[in-house]
Amino acid sequence: MSTTPTRPRHHGGPAIRRNWLGNLSAWLWLAVVVIPLYWILITSLKAQSGYYASNPLIPPADPTLDNYQFVLQSDFLTYFVNTVVVTAGAVVPAVTVSFMAAYAIVRGWSSRFLRGVNGLFLMGLAIPLQATVIPIYLIIIRLHLYDSLLALILPSIAFAIPLSVLILANFIRDVPKELFEAMRVDGATEWMTMWRLTAPLTRPALLTVTIFNALTIWNGFLLPLILTQSPDKRTLPLALWTFQGQYSVNVPAIAAAVVLTTLPILVLYAFGRRQLLGGLAAGFSR
Amino acid sequence: MATTEPASDPAARGTRTRRDRGGVLPWLAAPALVFFVGFAVIPLVGVFALSFTTWDGIGAIVPSGLTSWQAVLTDPGLPHALWVTFLVMVASWAVQTPSSILLGTFLAGYQRHRAVLSVVYFVPLLLSSAAIAIAYKALLDPNFGLGAGLGIGLLSQDWLGRPALAFGLVVFVVSWQFIPFHALIYQGGVRQIPRSLYEAAQLDGAGRVRQFFTITLPQLRYTIITSSTLMVVGSLTFFDLIFVLTEGGPADATRVLALDMYKRGFQANLMGPASVIAVILVLVGLVLALLLRRLGGRDASQSQLEGV
Repeated sequence: MSTTPTRPRHHGGPAIRRNWLGNLSAWLWLAVVVIPLYWILITSLKAQSGYYASNPLIPPADPTLDNYQFVLQSDFLTYFVNTVVVTAGAVVPAVTVSFMAAYAIVRGWSSRFLRGVNGLFLMGLAIPLQATVIPIYLIIIRLHLYDSLLALILPSIAFAIPLSVLILANFIRDVPKELFEAMRVDGATEWMTMWRLTAPLTRPALLTVTIFNALTIWNGFLLPLILTQSPDKRTLPLALWTFQGQYSVNVPAIAAAVVLTTLPILVLYAFGRRQLLGGLAAGFSR
Repeated sequence: MATTEPASDPAARGTRTRRDRGGVLPWLAAPALVFFVGFAVIPLVGVFALSFTTWDGIGAIVPSGLTSWQAVLTDPGLPHALWVTFLVMVASWAVQTPSSILLGTFLAGYQRHRAVLSVVYFVPLLLSSAAIAIAYKALLDPNFGLGAGLGIGLLSQDWLGRPALAFGLVVFVVSWQFIPFHALIYQGGVRQIPRSLYEAAQLDGAGRVRQFFTITLPQLRYTIITSSTLMVVGSLTFFDLIFVLTEGGPADATRVLALDMYKRGFQANLMGPASVIAVILVLVGLVLALLLRRLGGRDASQSQLEGV
């Protein structure tokens, strides 16, 4: 997105006159998005005693971090570490194998087998993969992985593959054919071409897919719900749910828990925002 | 990989590379294929097989023929769950699509606050469905929530206690969560429309509204199909949000298929009937994807792969 200061850029949009309707609805939607977020944040800083009497939209005069302390004392760190392990443990292999597959599909498009593989992954986009959780539960039990973090990692990798391959293949297709040709003439193997040429060139897409999968897996709820049992195997969304059941009367504490479970992903988003938004927009809309 | 061949011999190198391309590429796809087959394709076949058995989730799996199918298909709960799933799908599509198109078109145009807006707009998608559901439950609590606190009667209703309200709430929260994502897709779509089309239209004296309907919308056709496919298939998987928000209630008003499957399988320990529901979910997803493909004239996902 270039920023030419002299001339307003408007890609496609005929925004020469003021678009008051667009402006209005954009700000209205902003309010709809922001008010609940703002409410969670200020509620998390309120003392439980005064919570019910206070105006819900006015920040507390004497903000307190007691709620955060309370949440942090309830094994939050364990859940946090579990979630990090599951997320990293699933995202790294998922992106790696998806990238390799996407490379193979784009480069080997003449192969009937690889076109078939591509079709199979696309099918994964069309069917709700959650419908497969009962056999997954059975497989995990049979593998003696029930109630372990690995039980969450393996299916998460599989669920991440269809969309990752789709987005990555979209980007790999944009690598000029001449570059592949040049690598071939230099005697590079596919393996080298993939890692030394294609991976650096598709780095933005790799980052997008990494962030997006991390987001999905970090927030996953169904798999932890059915594949784990012990409190010490809980991930953050599941912990949040059980916490809410236990402390349903302590709304400020629940708000603090929501903030705490969201904070890491917000930090990630702050760093990768441009990447994520740009990559997703390009990956989906063509 | 034959590394012993002399690198200086161009002929040998040529043949090696050619053999390489034919031989190595499928192996590069193999790891992804293994994961996908192991935890998606086999379970997919497995769920079909399990629908012809009886299993309580712990004990032995016993073949039981069509018993589960019979039980589910004659259960009045099934048409209800199908209906609720359909309603959630249609309502959330109808709310999200126009809003996302408008927002996306707006965000794609020039306006000063776009940077700020696009930071905040995307935040709902970052939160887990569980967090969102929990926050909304507290926010809309009839006694202590936002409505009660501010004295707004409209907001301080018993959202989770009345079927129609709970249903509307689910649709609203889903839209709250996903409109930003789809607006982003549309933003990208609008940016790819050639500007010359608008310039030509302006010369012909077409106004902004006219341009939107005669250029933007038709040009977004495939983006609409892509976004709708994601929305529609995605709506079949709404589980966590509804589970935490309403648990399917009140009076099963928000008991969608995915939730029905969970409740039958993991709460009532009836894995056979739950598998039947899962098979139905898969079939509905496939039918919808094919339908949308028909509608769009080509496969939405395929269109992306072909790169147009």
